[in-house]
Amino acid sequence: MNSNTATKAKPRKHPVVLFIHKLGSPPWFYDFAGKFIPWLWLIFGVLTVLGLYLGLVKAPEDYLQGQSVRIIYLHVPAAWMSMMIYSSMAVMGFIALVWRIRIVEILAMASAPIGAAFTIVTLTAGSLWGRPTWGTYWVWDARLTSELVLLFLYLGVIGLYNSIDEPRKAARAACLLAIVGAVNLPIIHYSVKWWNTLHQGSSISLMGGSSIDSSMLYPLLIMAVATKFYYGANLLTRARIKLLEQDKRKAWVREILKEKN
Amino acid sequence: MTPTRKRRLVAVLLILAGVSVASTIAFYSLQENMLYFQSPSDLAVQPIPPGRQFRLGGLVKPGTVERQEGGLATQFIVTDGPKEVLVEYVGILPDLFREGQGVIARGSLNGTGTFDASEVLAKHDENYMPPEVADALEETGHVLPKKPNS
Repeated sequence: MNSNTATKAKPRKHPVVLFIHKLGSPPWFYDFAGKFIPWLWLIFGVLTVLGLYLGLVKAPEDYLQGQSVRIIYLHVPAAWMSMMIYSSMAVMGFIALVWRIRIVEILAMASAPIGAAFTIVTLTAGSLWGRPTWGTYWVWDARLTSELVLLFLYLGVIGLYNSIDEPRKAARAACLLAIVGAVNLPIIHYSVKWWNTLHQGSSISLMGGSSIDSSMLYPLLIMAVATKFYYGANLLTRARIKLLEQDKRKAWVREILKEKN
Repeated sequence: MTPTRKRRLVAVLLILAGVSVASTIAFYSLQENMLYFQSPSDLAVQPIPPGRQFRLGGLVKPGTVERQEGGLATQFIVTDGPKEVLVEYVGILPDLFREGQGVIARGSLNGTGTFDASEVLAKHDENYMPPEVADALEETGHVLPKKPNS
């Protein structure tokens, strides 16, 4: 009997679990994010300068497309980010809906404008590349259309979030839309395999070889890593501002303001 | 996990499953319409009546590009291996138009089985390489797209 009562006492939490719980506390998250943001911006800056230099100056021109191949260093990383940010928004939306953690709601909603921006870059850069190579700015093939749908999904999430006054209710409604919209992600990815499209198939795959020369691949991968740091830096910055805004009457925000003055 | 959270989890998962099933069914039924172009082999299996607009896709058969002297008229054969279709086009071709290159032409078949194109787009493949690598590949016997008459 004695051993039974001993196990009923609250067990000590694993350090990782404890850390995650701490991140859910607004003041702790605010401090923690604040420490990381300058480093994320710095790494993003260094990698972008390096990636753009290698891509726009050092990398060779393509044997068929000539100089216009250089748009790839913008288009492909932006396209990857448009999908990665959407999936991270959907996963965070799922966590927000089930566990109702306010920081996660804020992070999910702060992802939407960043993802929308990357989608716009993808569509614009792709369109500018399409004109000289394909001979047209736009076609309604499955890849281009599903990427455009992704932009509308982002805009829908942003719009829904802003149309409801109570921020937590708004976040929940928008998170549900984000989760439902995630069915578009496999469609975008496999569109070039499932249907005949004007858009070419994937040149780079995690498994198996890539059909892009390595001199062109490295700048592309550097840009892909750089954009991830941009997402991290921008997301944490936005989340911190949103947190201050929502908690402006709470004691911890007042304390920060007092320290600043 | 508390019962409330479990209930929410099940609700969200059910919504997600429902939407996935619905969109899968929708996309299966749309599959035919989602094909951006027909290949010459598709045409052989399922002929399209003359005069009806569609897109024809395939490779430009090397050595078949003929340009009219002093005009914009071009004709070439589009092939996908087993089948081929003769295409006639009047207009400016995209920069990437090459022999051996993928193209998508919009237009319709005329009475004699020739495809009258009103628009020709070049389809780029997923290969990217510098000119030196392309030259080296050609020397080892790979066939790459080439500019006609150059």
